[in-house]
Amino acid sequence: MTDTTLTRTPSRAKRGRGWRDSLAAYGFLAPWIIGMLAFTIGPVIASFFLSFTQYNLLQPPTWIGTKNYEMMLQDERLHHSIGVTFTYVAVAVPLQLIVALALAMLLDRGMRGMSFYRSAFYLPSMLGASVAIAVLWRQMFGADGLVNQVLAMFGVEGASWIASPDTALGTLILLHIWTFGSPLVIFLAGLRNIPRMYYEAAQVDGAGPLRRFGAITLPLLSPIIFFNLVLQIIGAFQTFTQAFVVSNGTGGPSDATLFFTLYLYQKGFPGFQMGYASAMAWLLLLIVAAVTALNFWISKWWVFYED
Amino acid sequence: MRITRTAGSRVRSVLKHVGLSLLGLLMLYPLLWMLVSSFRPTEDIFSSPGLSLEGFTLENYTLGWDALSHPFGRYLLNSAVVVLGAIVGNLISCSLAAYAFARLTFRGSKWMFGLMLLTIMLPLQVIIVPQYIMFNSVGWVNTVLPLIIPKLFATDAFFIFLMVQFIRGLPRELDEAARIDGCGHFRTFTQILLPLMTPALATTAIFTFIWTWNDFFSQVIYLTSPESYTVQPALRAFLDSQGQSSWGPLFAMSIVSIIPVFLAFLFGQKYLVRGIATTGMK
Repeated sequence: MTDTTLTRTPSRAKRGRGWRDSLAAYGFLAPWIIGMLAFTIGPVIASFFLSFTQYNLLQPPTWIGTKNYEMMLQDERLHHSIGVTFTYVAVAVPLQLIVALALAMLLDRGMRGMSFYRSAFYLPSMLGASVAIAVLWRQMFGADGLVNQVLAMFGVEGASWIASPDTALGTLILLHIWTFGSPLVIFLAGLRNIPRMYYEAAQVDGAGPLRRFGAITLPLLSPIIFFNLVLQIIGAFQTFTQAFVVSNGTGGPSDATLFFTLYLYQKGFPGFQMGYASAMAWLLLLIVAAVTALNFWISKWWVFYED
Repeated sequence: MRITRTAGSRVRSVLKHVGLSLLGLLMLYPLLWMLVSSFRPTEDIFSSPGLSLEGFTLENYTLGWDALSHPFGRYLLNSAVVVLGAIVGNLISCSLAAYAFARLTFRGSKWMFGLMLLTIMLPLQVIIVPQYIMFNSVGWVNTVLPLIIPKLFATDAFFIFLMVQFIRGLPRELDEAARIDGCGHFRTFTQILLPLMTPALATTAIFTFIWTWNDFFSQVIYLTSPESYTVQPALRAFLDSQGQSSWGPLFAMSIVSIIPVFLAFLFGQKYLVRGIATTGMK
């Protein structure tokens, strides 16, 4: 990666050390290399092969060519699950980042109570992926759940949020937004790196808060916004636990929460259609790779790197 | 330039604190409510959205603890084994790889590093099916091994990345000096760098703790028989078997399942914040 040699090292010794360095490096990397081959590259190749087979774990896999992929073209539930997942990614991720950024802007440097606020906002991020929180969400948005009890106090009649196809996905989006704490912390770190004098100079020049945000904060923070965006999108495509628990593994009501990964799980694990599940996994990989590439491409127009 | 504080700015500051506190409360409210509800008699859970506690009872905890085929302690223990194994595995294997990537020059370092970064982004779903088939064929399904063994081989590449970032921030003169004093790479690593890496190691341990404890996808795939359940599949099985009828015991066990994560969060916050601030991941 980087050139480590001291300038005065004689070249023969350098070469000797280079050789010894290489050997040592492979030694240090041995666990990673073995793990890479056995648990990542091997399975990736196997998964690609399996996607052209029919395999139920009991009989050996049989080669069926591109049948799985053809079946995916016909599979209405699959198309629906892609729609659910894209809706979730397109709505939940931007909303969460906007909330995180807005709050990061509110939390000033050196503000009193900063660590308290940060903790309060950050805690849900640490718990959000657990079954316990999904259980809580299921109760909260149930017909006689906490949300409806609170609404009743204001004389508003609630709905059965989780049991209705129109609102079930919305409750999961709300859960995602609730975990804005981790992008918030990243934004806070990024904001700290913007020199304060930029703002002071802008203020002297008479720039209002909006102008300062648009001309200083946004461009200087854009690499971090981009970073958060890419990672949150990749993560959101793999949403599973919340949908599983809230719908009892069915993806209901009426498949409203049938996320792609949940459908893949249904096909692969209770269903033992390992070939089909593998083909789905490859589709997921392609989608995630394509969306990430698109993100990088678009970033050329809005992400600014300081040099 | 210092901006003098006027009465207006002080009012604005107070308003901001009030707003932020209210939002913080709103965010934590569901958690507090679940905590309070877990001590309420079941019939009271639906009667009040408030946080007042009339008729404190531990019944939910005793009922919940024994609601499944094994006492809940069993699942806590299984989770603890998985978490501990994952932490030890990640600490050893990822720090070794990170030293090589951050400090050594070797053939192929560039593309190997790139490959390592790529694996961070690889969706787990792509490799889970073949991994399951592999572990099934050696009889490891329904044991904790599929959840621990890969960690010994640095499969959580994110932590390699985190440690590489950290080591790059340490002065190189340290290892050069150790080298001149006759330290080999292994001693330089264990005696010079590893002690200095404590913050990165702590971050790794805490993130591994929280992620592994909360992990549901791979645990529900590998652990299908009740005696092998960890906490997350156990809670889910609880929800399945008791359904809506017993929110009290379900909440009680949910709280039990959250406590270890909460403690890790409480004591490890400094490292958690630093970890996600330097690498940008949650």
